[in-house]
Amino acid sequence: MRRFASVTRGVAWRSIHNTIKTPSVLVPSILFPLFFLAAFAGGLSKIAQVPSFHYRAGYTAFQFVFVFLQSSAFGGVFTGFAVARDFDSGFARRLLLSAPNRGGIIAGYTIGAALRWFLTGTVVTIAALIAGMNVDGSGIQLIGLLGVGLMVNLVAALWAIGTAMFLRTEQAGAVIQMPVFVIVFLAPVYVPLNLLTGWIHAVAKYNPATVVLEAGRGLFDASPVKVALAFIVLAAGAAVMAAWARRGLASAERAG
Amino acid sequence: MVASGLSEPHLLAQIGAVARRSVIRTIRQRGLLVFPILFPLILFAINGSALSAATKIPGFPPVSYRAFLLAVPFMQGALFVAVTAGVDLARDIESGFFNRLAMTPVRPSAMLAGQMGGPLLVAAIQSVIYLIVGIATGVGIASGVGGALVLLALSVLIAFGFAGVGTLLALRFGSGEAVQAMFPLLFVTLFLSSSSLPRNLLKVSWFHFVATYNPASYLIEGIRSLVISGWDARALALGFGFALAILVLTIGLSSLAMKNRLQRS
Repeated sequence: MRRFASVTRGVAWRSIHNTIKTPSVLVPSILFPLFFLAAFAGGLSKIAQVPSFHYRAGYTAFQFVFVFLQSSAFGGVFTGFAVARDFDSGFARRLLLSAPNRGGIIAGYTIGAALRWFLTGTVVTIAALIAGMNVDGSGIQLIGLLGVGLMVNLVAALWAIGTAMFLRTEQAGAVIQMPVFVIVFLAPVYVPLNLLTGWIHAVAKYNPATVVLEAGRGLFDASPVKVALAFIVLAAGAAVMAAWARRGLASAERAG
Repeated sequence: MVASGLSEPHLLAQIGAVARRSVIRTIRQRGLLVFPILFPLILFAINGSALSAATKIPGFPPVSYRAFLLAVPFMQGALFVAVTAGVDLARDIESGFFNRLAMTPVRPSAMLAGQMGGPLLVAAIQSVIYLIVGIATGVGIASGVGGALVLLALSVLIAFGFAGVGTLLALRFGSGEAVQAMFPLLFVTLFLSSSSLPRNLLKVSWFHFVATYNPASYLIEGIRSLVISGWDARALALGFGFALAILVLTIGLSSLAMKNRLQRS
């Protein structure tokens, strides 16, 4: 257990240290969600005038929840990029040889992803508050939203770490990123589910990301919906992705 | 510079030789081109449906949202062309090929123009794909066949201008990683424009201000006018004008950056 903890601590520290010390890594991961927030909340605010659009906290808050959860997912994705880079540079192989408990490697990268998102999420929240966003949810409900975000980050990070360990090259970036991007954008991003029509409505209705997003928006708007379902979905996702990451690690171990 | 007894090849021949290499390199790494071509189409499919409720906003043009949005993939494609052009040139700088080429009789202007051969091929191919996909999904081109050809010409010109941006970044930083890192900053120009809604429907004042002074708005509106309005001389003049201005500016600055880089090396 002590070995697991020491590997976890070391990998997590290195992960967050590299993020902070490398502007070319840190700046895009902060700028991207800010751009999304500016573009969606600023450029599309007129969408709130569409008949049947009801979100008490306003369109900025409606989009903030999406960008907040999206940034948590991409915090995990960017960690996958870092793992792939570690394999390209040869560091990951040395780490596999020297770590007394390899499970701690996955745990360390996962904690690194959460810390990375803590940074991004804080910046996005401050930017949204400066932009005049209304916050209707209570303290408990906002903690609930934070919990949803952490779970999203965990699922995405485990997916990204596992995939990076399977492919072991930076060129895996698109493979890591694309499914997350598609799943996230196939949820009701711009308008609530009831305002979507056609194929996108059919897809969004069965997309697990929709439940998560609706739960997050409900918590932020002091009208919680599907919160328990969202946590069940995320817990199931985390269990599946943990198995995926473990298999990725086994694949990397076999490759030597 | 030139070996005695040998005449220097004509400028066009020099450009052709460098461009041929660039095109061959692009064709050889075509696997890497799938994502830049596919990504704008995925966003077009998703946003074209997800934002269709926007057509219910009072004042929105009487067209489908997909028709309104079709201009955006052309712009996103042009941004990827900028990155491809920049990364390709940066790789040549990093590998030393650029310096070796500079010691040959090839003129700097030929090096600059020829380097864009591959990215421009990509621009032409992706523009045709976006147009076909748009038409296949039920978008009509209001300006007809002639308008579709003008649309392709404008989108390639825009991509040419953006390739100039990528080239400038590569010459300035000399690193592919730096060019890639600048991609979000290029992407933001597209976000902060009239890409998702007409400018008169941008409610937030700062966003409206930025979109009005953002050249990307006029590039998008130039393409969009051909799709949804027909022949709009003002929109086309602004679209072609800004595309040309970006091209001239970036090529001019790239020439200076190249001179500085060659003097340093």
